[in-house]
Amino acid sequence: MAKMTRRKWLASAGITSVALGFGGSLVADDIKNQSTPERHFQDIPARELIRMGHLPNVELITQTGKKVRFYDDLVKDKMVVINFMYTHCEKVCPPIMMNLARVQKMLNGRVGKDIFFYSITLKPEQDTPQELKKYAKEIGVGKGWYLLTGKPEDIEFLRKKLGFTYADPAEDADKSNHIGMLRLGNEPFMRWSACQGQARVEWIATMIQNETDLPYGRPAHPTTVKVYGPGAAAATLGGGVKGTSTGATANAK
Amino acid sequence: MANLRDILNAQKNRQELIKAKLNRRDLFKMGLLTSAGYLVRKNGLSAWAFDGGCNPGICRLGCSPPIQPFLDPLPIIPVLPQRPLTDPGLQFGAPPQKCPNNATNPATGLPFEGRGQFNGVLRSGTDCFQFFDQYPPQQFFVERARQNTNFRITSDATIPPQTIWGWNLGGSDPSDVAQFPNPTIVVRYQTPWVVRRFNELSPATDGFGVNELSSHLHNFHSAPESDGGPCRWFFKGQYFDYYWTAQQAGFASDFPPNGDIRESLSSLWYHDHRIDHTAENTYKGLEGFLNIFNQFDTGDEGTGFHLPSFPQFDINVILNDKLIDPGTGKVCFDTFGFDGLVGDVQLANGKVQPFLNVNQRRYRFRVLDGGPSRFYQLFLTNPANLNQQIPFWVIANDGNLLTHPVQVTSFRIGVAERYDIIIDFKQIAQTFGATTLNLENRLQQTNGRAPTNNILPAGQGTTCVQFRLGAVVADGSVDPATNPTFYQLPPTPTPRITRFFKFERDNGQWAINGQFADCGVIRFTVEQNTGEDWHIINSSGGWQHPIHIHLEEFQIRNRNGAAPPAVEVSRKDVIRLQFNEDDLVTMRFRDFVGDYPTHCHNTIHEDHAMLLLWQVQPNVIDNNQNP
Repeated sequence: MAKMTRRKWLASAGITSVALGFGGSLVADDIKNQSTPERHFQDIPARELIRMGHLPNVELITQTGKKVRFYDDLVKDKMVVINFMYTHCEKVCPPIMMNLARVQKMLNGRVGKDIFFYSITLKPEQDTPQELKKYAKEIGVGKGWYLLTGKPEDIEFLRKKLGFTYADPAEDADKSNHIGMLRLGNEPFMRWSACQGQARVEWIATMIQNETDLPYGRPAHPTTVKVYGPGAAAATLGGGVKGTSTGATANAK
Repeated sequence: MANLRDILNAQKNRQELIKAKLNRRDLFKMGLLTSAGYLVRKNGLSAWAFDGGCNPGICRLGCSPPIQPFLDPLPIIPVLPQRPLTDPGLQFGAPPQKCPNNATNPATGLPFEGRGQFNGVLRSGTDCFQFFDQYPPQQFFVERARQNTNFRITSDATIPPQTIWGWNLGGSDPSDVAQFPNPTIVVRYQTPWVVRRFNELSPATDGFGVNELSSHLHNFHSAPESDGGPCRWFFKGQYFDYYWTAQQAGFASDFPPNGDIRESLSSLWYHDHRIDHTAENTYKGLEGFLNIFNQFDTGDEGTGFHLPSFPQFDINVILNDKLIDPGTGKVCFDTFGFDGLVGDVQLANGKVQPFLNVNQRRYRFRVLDGGPSRFYQLFLTNPANLNQQIPFWVIANDGNLLTHPVQVTSFRIGVAERYDIIIDFKQIAQTFGATTLNLENRLQQTNGRAPTNNILPAGQGTTCVQFRLGAVVADGSVDPATNPTFYQLPPTPTPRITRFFKFERDNGQWAINGQFADCGVIRFTVEQNTGEDWHIINSSGGWQHPIHIHLEEFQIRNRNGAAPPAVEVSRKDVIRLQFNEDDLVTMRFRDFVGDYPTHCHNTIHEDHAMLLLWQVQPNVIDNNQNP
């Protein structure tokens, strides 16, 4: 697809002989003798580019039956946490959804205020708003956390745009083994990253806040560093220790 | 309310979109149509860009506009100037001191210095410099992270200027702009040094980059507080003093007071390491070299090992591949991808496929794969005769001189690896009649996960640098063909314990032993002054990972049980973990105490979350073999 496109464009730009290599992945040396192609670059703001590339304005329906637009109503100007799930999922989703429920509490009232959670179903045919509402109640979904369904093709489109895909088509089609990432987005600041849905809840909460609080006035969040194993009990020296931390002391000269 | 200009624009856009044969639904999905059915406001969209998926906002292989190669000379990277302690930058707040200057800067409300912060939060009284009193700093540098919106990757004027982030030459004047590659820091062993770094970056406005910085010196023997690890970032308006004892490993343990000469490093680099955002920040330009010399590797071909003189004949080359947004002509980064990013625009020292005029003599090139994800297999190609197999010499791996030079006709390099090579242009001109030589990457790689391992025919790969051969000139450097001896390899330790690390994927998330990166967890403790064997394991045939271990150089005992190739009989700090491999490495843990990371250096994998923290402590016996 990409190869055809590029060829077509190159042809239209007056370039006749271009060794594109594999899927356009290689830089052709032999275009050097060709005339410079006509360029049509536009100055498009980066926030627009991200919206165009990744944040389609598809229509979704919340667990309370409200119709919403993905970009306009859910993402624009907000700090968001997005994941994919379905109500009858047995493998990947339960730990992630339980983690999100705990993180919601740890964020201490911020969800619904300046942070929003969106869990989008991978099986919209089964997950009606009513089903989602029931599920929401079971896992303790609070204010500012929306479980979303919609037209299957819209959801599939959205999933791909948000990067929740495997390169291998067979793997990508297996919904029981779907991507367990949480997409973190601070839309106005164009900070888009990801967090692992099965990570430690303290770390998920920290990561979300690290993406939200820019950079002054960042409130304190859990900072305790746990040491696994016997290193936890022993006196630890070095980087993190209070007071003096000379290697010389540690090395007992 | 729409004004006349908007309406005209909308009409023009509409005509273009019609030409591109997009229907209403496509437009809606692309976000070009509002729910009310109006075209969104755009100042001129071009129809070509919408053909078949290469739309504005699509940052994908195959969508970058082609750029002519060999238009620009290879930039020679400027050397960072030393500064006297009286420099205003070094006096700001307080001069470099053992414990961080965490007094509040009234101008920002933040501590003056970011050292002492962990995961963005101040841990008062921590991160004092280890060994600062024993090895007081004798040399000072300043760097300021800035944005440069007028950076050119090519002199092709139809490609617009790019926005980069980079460290400058240390001056406070706005004319001292961000450089890419960042200035090369040149230091000598046994001359302890400090680099004070200022974060002057505002939040990114071009879609990627996070202005919270941590600068890792890869892979000096550094204390955690100066290592620039993933959890020690600092904010805009803060500075961060990084201090190095400039002693070889072993200086406070088995080889006091200056360390083991066999542990000397030479070609290092520094790069951003902010957890979760390393890929975009390094991609945006926060990468540079550090060359360290000593009494053997002197930078003067008249002395020591007689390696080609720096800087005339000893040249740092960083390779990067980029994607360009087809709508804007600007370098783009896909912050929504998990697999890795390979580009179709090849840069060397920040320019698209540059050329370098060389004389006919020997040169040392310090070649670095600056990422974010691509592996290279680099050959010398004579474009006039593609059948020739042209030899050259590898003299160092990951900045560590080999025992002897190894003659090769190509080498494989993964992200963060460094290969120092010697090319004898005079001999090649005489033997092969070449007047031009292309440093050509012939390894096929079409996605961020791994190369295909296909080696493309000569001339069908990607030239990274074109060498144009000039006159024969005097050459006082050692001829690698005489088999000179550099450092012996230090003996491998008797391991106290063997540990196993499985680098794997878990529901699309990158994991080590089933767990994810977490700044709040130190996964295990290594007993100081012991050696350990680590199995670095990849049970996948679909992924490869360049794995980096901080603090000490390791040696490869074997790859899947087999001896490593000659160029890898070396001290190293990155191992290319290839398909279905179990690689056994061995190392010591000396001198410093505290926490360090091990991680995949495919920076997209690293950000998602193939990284773990461990620590070194005296007298702690942690026998967890699968931490």
